[in-house]
Amino acid sequence: MEFILDIQKITKAFPRTVANADVSMLVRQGEIHALVGENGAGKTTLMNILYGLIRPDGGRILLKGIELPLREGYLGTDYGIGMIHQHFMLIREFTVLENIILGAEPGKGLVLDRARARRRVEDLIAKYGIEADLDRKVRDLSVGEEQRVEILKVLYRDAELIVMDEPTGVLTPQETTGLFDTMRGLVADGKTVIFITHKLEEVVEVTDSVTVMHQGRVVGSVPTSETDAARLAEMMVGKQLDALPRRAEVSVGEPLLTVRGLSLEPRTGVKPLRDVSFQVHTGEVLGICGVEGNGQLELFEVITGLRQPQAGAILIGGRNMTNASTLARREAGLAYIPPDRTTMGIVAEFNLRENLLLGRQREPRFSRAGLLDGAAIDSETARLVAEFGIVPPDPEAKGFSFSGGNQQKIVVGRELARDPEILVACQPTRGVDIGATRLIHTYVLRQADAGKAVLLVSADLGEVLALSDRIGVMYRGEIVGMLDRSDATEERLGLMMAGVER
Amino acid sequence: MKSNLKAASLNIVPPLAALVLAGAVSSIIILILGESPLHIARVMLSGSVGSMSSVANMLEEATPLIFTGLCVAIAMRCGLFNIGGEGQLVIGAFVSAWVGYRVGGLPPVMHITLCIALAGLAGAMWALIPGLLKARFGAHEVINTIMLNYVAFILANYLVGLPYFKKPGQIPQTEDVLSTALLPRMTFLYEYTRLNVGFVIAIACVLLIYVLLEKTEIGFEIRSVGHNPLASRASGISVVRNTLIAMAISGFLAGMAGSERVLGVHRHFISPFPFGYGFAGIAVALLGRNRPLGILISALFFGALASGGAQVDIETNVPRELVTVIQAIVIIFVACEYPIRKLVFMKKRTAP
Repeated sequence: MEFILDIQKITKAFPRTVANADVSMLVRQGEIHALVGENGAGKTTLMNILYGLIRPDGGRILLKGIELPLREGYLGTDYGIGMIHQHFMLIREFTVLENIILGAEPGKGLVLDRARARRRVEDLIAKYGIEADLDRKVRDLSVGEEQRVEILKVLYRDAELIVMDEPTGVLTPQETTGLFDTMRGLVADGKTVIFITHKLEEVVEVTDSVTVMHQGRVVGSVPTSETDAARLAEMMVGKQLDALPRRAEVSVGEPLLTVRGLSLEPRTGVKPLRDVSFQVHTGEVLGICGVEGNGQLELFEVITGLRQPQAGAILIGGRNMTNASTLARREAGLAYIPPDRTTMGIVAEFNLRENLLLGRQREPRFSRAGLLDGAAIDSETARLVAEFGIVPPDPEAKGFSFSGGNQQKIVVGRELARDPEILVACQPTRGVDIGATRLIHTYVLRQADAGKAVLLVSADLGEVLALSDRIGVMYRGEIVGMLDRSDATEERLGLMMAGVER
Repeated sequence: MKSNLKAASLNIVPPLAALVLAGAVSSIIILILGESPLHIARVMLSGSVGSMSSVANMLEEATPLIFTGLCVAIAMRCGLFNIGGEGQLVIGAFVSAWVGYRVGGLPPVMHITLCIALAGLAGAMWALIPGLLKARFGAHEVINTIMLNYVAFILANYLVGLPYFKKPGQIPQTEDVLSTALLPRMTFLYEYTRLNVGFVIAIACVLLIYVLLEKTEIGFEIRSVGHNPLASRASGISVVRNTLIAMAISGFLAGMAGSERVLGVHRHFISPFPFGYGFAGIAVALLGRNRPLGILISALFFGALASGGAQVDIETNVPRELVTVIQAIVIIFVACEYPIRKLVFMKKRTAP
């Protein structure tokens, strides 16, 4: 088999980090090649260089033996390289067909040859068995359907090499299976797929070879058949991982957080919350899973008091707090890891010390008569930095200079330091490296073991299954099912997440 | 420690670079006008720090700018653009003049304190109007503070024309304030100076605002809201409350500026009230990067420009307006901070 892609010693430095150091990688024609690594390992940077979004400082890339001109003006699309980004780049008000042909419309002058475009797209659909309704507007599509439009877009532009950047993060298990079928169909036709992911089971399931990156370097490149998930994980993190602590036997007790009949009227479109009810008890982790965008964010906002529900009640420790302020809820023992740390969790321009103080500035140990106690804040900062291994441990470093995993550690450390009765963890490990993920999971379980209540809202099914005692599934603003951990399988939850079963 | 130094240099280098560039452009303009830039610089320097009288003059010009610079800065640190310092200043000045001549029989310290406090409160109330509109309805404070400037000018003009307030005569002005309300002038520097104790109060305000912002719970919350309102709300910090507090403090400082002008310089309220200090405060805050100490330095700089500019007007053929031009150039370059910062730090950034 010949190599379609030959990346040689690519180097790229950013102001604070070297994102790619002497990265070399070979991809065979007609294979599915996994590119794995923790967040910040340099995968996306490398692919953006290949695609022409970033210029490298050094190195070269050969495509089918010909060197790519990685200069100003170079674009991968011109050379048959297609990219499916994590965030889709579709126009919501356009139809599927319009989105696919946008920028590559057939026709002469001002005349658009719609019929010819449609024929070509229909041929692609038939050839690869990708389901899509060409006349629906993108705003009416599910995430999985949008992704298929992106794939068609790339195929329509005659891409030979298709890069998919974490495509499964937003899909249900069934949609993921469908995507894998599509990927297999593509390589059967002679196309080549580079599949970026950090889910190692997926690597094992679908890929032919795998390249692992760690801290900007390639640490290994092997045929998938010669490795397994555990060995890949070690390569990714650069060390062996501790096993998750086993749950101690804790008797589930009184309800600490009760949510009853919550409904939220939409700003636009569908109702984000419909009659949501559940209880989280002491010593329990209640997991809420679902494809992102099915009301999880709104549920978080309503529980924390950022948004007022139109109907329903929220009880914290038995007290009705439906109309209470965020501050009052926090004082009643609520703490949370918000779904988006960069907009809701940390203040980018605050330094580490200030970010660790955020929301705790009124605690008597840090504030006397309104004056902040610098010494007390310093010692608390040092304590949390040490306990959670926040890097860099510089109290003056600004929030934006921390990696995603460390930002999340800041949020988790700060919230748990308040010794909360109820922890609401919303997508707590999204975009977080394995090391930090393990740490966060450990602390979530420790909360429950200590007899506190934990509400875990996550789109990561593996995470929900690993941590939860009970699992609820959210679909279109509703809790469509509530299962005990022992009854929950990935299969069943997946069907519920897709709205097929309830 | 290292990042401290780096952060400090990020705050100091761009404004300095802006000043250097502004100097260069101004020199070109002076050359075009047929004068020697060096000579003009010398005259400006002597007009601002050349003698005790010019130092006093510079400090006198800087005093209201310290207040109004702080006024803009504290709002800005909470994410609010208070363009209404001018109106808040006028309202404060009017109240100060009124209390200054109307309330008698008080010992000086008490009378002065009362005048300044009420002027500050009046300014605060004036600033709270846009503050409330913002907090309640989300109405943008830029529009409302600007519009309230005109309301303040016209209101003060109307009031000072009423028989109750107006001193008999042709000019729309109040009676002079009583001697117990006069801010003592620092005549030990220079006999005829108008520099007064208000300058000392301004310095005290710099320190107070610094402590407030950096060392207190309220300051922490204000800064947090200014940087990231959503994360602040999520952390239980009330955006509404802090918006109101910041606007009130901001207006209070503007009111104090008006009070200093009345009690220390003009001794009465006159319509139209000498204006510009409120707007200049925006430039002062910009150059001072919204840091109290930076504002002190930048207010002194603008004071020196004003004081030196007067000297230029007397001694050379270059018109006084040149100073206004220089000020404008400085502001333009400060506003271009990002490209300048890029220029200054480009070498370091591209290094591997």
